[in-house]
Amino acid sequence: MNQLLKMAFRDLGRNKRRSILSALAVSIGTTLLIFMAAVLRGEFRGALQNGIRLQTGHLQVRAESYDENKVSLAWEDLIDNPAQITNQLEALPQVLDATPRLIASGILSLGDHSRGVQVIGMDPASEANQIFRQGVIAGDFLTGDDREGILIGKPLAERFGLSAGERVNLLINTSNGEVDEQLFTIRGIYTTNVFPYDENTVFMPLAKAQTFAGAENHASLIFVLLKDQEQAETVAAALTSSNYQIQTWRDLNALSVQFEQFAGAYMIIFYLIILGITATVVTNTLVMAVYERTREIGILSAIGMKGRRIMSAFLTEATLLATGGVVGGLILGGLITAYVAKVGLIIPAAQGVTGILLGDKIYPYLTSQDVISLTIVAYVITLIASLYPATLAARMEPVEALHAQ
Amino acid sequence: MEVTKVINATRDFKIGEVETHALRGVDLSIENGEFTALVGPSGSGKTTLLQLIGLLDQPTSGQVFINGKDATRLNRNQRADLRKGTIGFIFQFFALIPTLTAYENVEMPLLLNGTKPAERKARVNEMLQAVGLSDRAHHRPDQLSGGQQQRVAVARALSIRPTVVLADEPTANLDTENGKQVMDIMARLNKETGTTFVFATHDPRVIKYASRVVTLRDGLIVENNGSSPK
Repeated sequence: MNQLLKMAFRDLGRNKRRSILSALAVSIGTTLLIFMAAVLRGEFRGALQNGIRLQTGHLQVRAESYDENKVSLAWEDLIDNPAQITNQLEALPQVLDATPRLIASGILSLGDHSRGVQVIGMDPASEANQIFRQGVIAGDFLTGDDREGILIGKPLAERFGLSAGERVNLLINTSNGEVDEQLFTIRGIYTTNVFPYDENTVFMPLAKAQTFAGAENHASLIFVLLKDQEQAETVAAALTSSNYQIQTWRDLNALSVQFEQFAGAYMIIFYLIILGITATVVTNTLVMAVYERTREIGILSAIGMKGRRIMSAFLTEATLLATGGVVGGLILGGLITAYVAKVGLIIPAAQGVTGILLGDKIYPYLTSQDVISLTIVAYVITLIASLYPATLAARMEPVEALHAQ
Repeated sequence: MEVTKVINATRDFKIGEVETHALRGVDLSIENGEFTALVGPSGSGKTTLLQLIGLLDQPTSGQVFINGKDATRLNRNQRADLRKGTIGFIFQFFALIPTLTAYENVEMPLLLNGTKPAERKARVNEMLQAVGLSDRAHHRPDQLSGGQQQRVAVARALSIRPTVVLADEPTANLDTENGKQVMDIMARLNKETGTTFVFATHDPRVIKYASRVVTLRDGLIVENNGSSPK
């Protein structure tokens, strides 16, 4: 084995440029695989985290009959006296914050322009809503007793040409099945850097929303953040009640999870293309090496080296190439991923897919599982690519090989 | 004692539509300790016969025995096994592995035979000394002259203490002085170790070293001045 390694190492050194280029091909392939895997994982991880922090929380408590697709404001579909259940939830040790929200469909209009929006009544003091306070880029955040102010997203403000302090008409459906409208003042403009969310979501204080929608002391849901999201199922199980439905972040972001799986399957094709190109380069390099060394193969065969060992010699060479390439690729891929993870990869006008909240930047995220699996895949593909030339060498008839020029 | 015996061996090659009869029914027996020259013009079948004796090729018909074993019944791997422990090769071109040093080239057959490290080291040093290249042990082939390379090949062939050493035109690519050196070494080792040598040549200066001369022409043995076949 030692001798095989020594020979393989020296054989690679015979044509340094070719060996370096082949290892580089493996490196570039591995780099692309690492980076693409990290981008894909980062994209969906980001979308999932956006979904959790903006829309779903780790848990949601809703009235048993509440259907989020209908955005019903009928009292029987809402939680009565939400403060009571919120207090109970906040008493649980796993809960970081629980806050009621009232959700209504509305139309924002100014002059001839109008746009359908989701109106959320929320508690401005709640910990879970500080993300919107931090995202205010113009004007002020809401206060609990504000009766005329709303907070709108940056894309919506741009679409209407609105600035903080200006007034706009908002129409919403109400609990009695009718609609009501009122002029509101743009108290502030926020951004969460999630375009589809910011473009469609308008906030007002919960108390004002309850009055405006005729929902009085009701809420659509209790938005719950946990200290550890992995405890969602445990807490949900403990909260089971016939009056409420308890949904975990996994239930509420099922589309993101499914889309990730779909995209993962799609990416396999991309991986195969990259690996196919890499494998072709490795095969080509080793086939050239086999033909250049035909006479040497004949000599080794003449002095008694069996085909299996000749094959091992070429596979050892391929392993060294793969090692150089994969290590280089891991370093390069790791560095690129680390850099892009820091600055973010800008997605131009990320509109996202309905139900999936893509941010305006992707922050690649590399897991040790991805690194291990891609390293194994790169090695296996390189070795498979070297099987043909290695077999070619092993099957050479010594007498013919010895007479090669 | 016979180290190798060839019985009625033929070897045909087909290149495209043309069939060539390289050997047309050759009988040859080589006794232990012989220093035999296979001579004849180009195309007479010398190299083909050496390749059959060396188990590098199989006869179209007939049999080849090595140490009494019928090699024509062996598969590819069994022939390789028999070669690595029994037969040493010296080729016309300086058949060394260019990435290995002289020492490593001589060591290679011993590695393939599974010789233990201490014995391996002793044998390699002994053989390099025998061919006068102890001081070139760690030079690679491209740092050695043609004559030196061929002497390394002789050391490699003898390192396994083979039953027979087969040399195909061992001096063809050497100048007179280097050719003489190589033949002197081969003859000396034949005498000192009793190793059997069979070499193909058409160089009269080489033929004179032989204790037996077998002449081939058109794929047949036409003259055999040593022991008779069978």
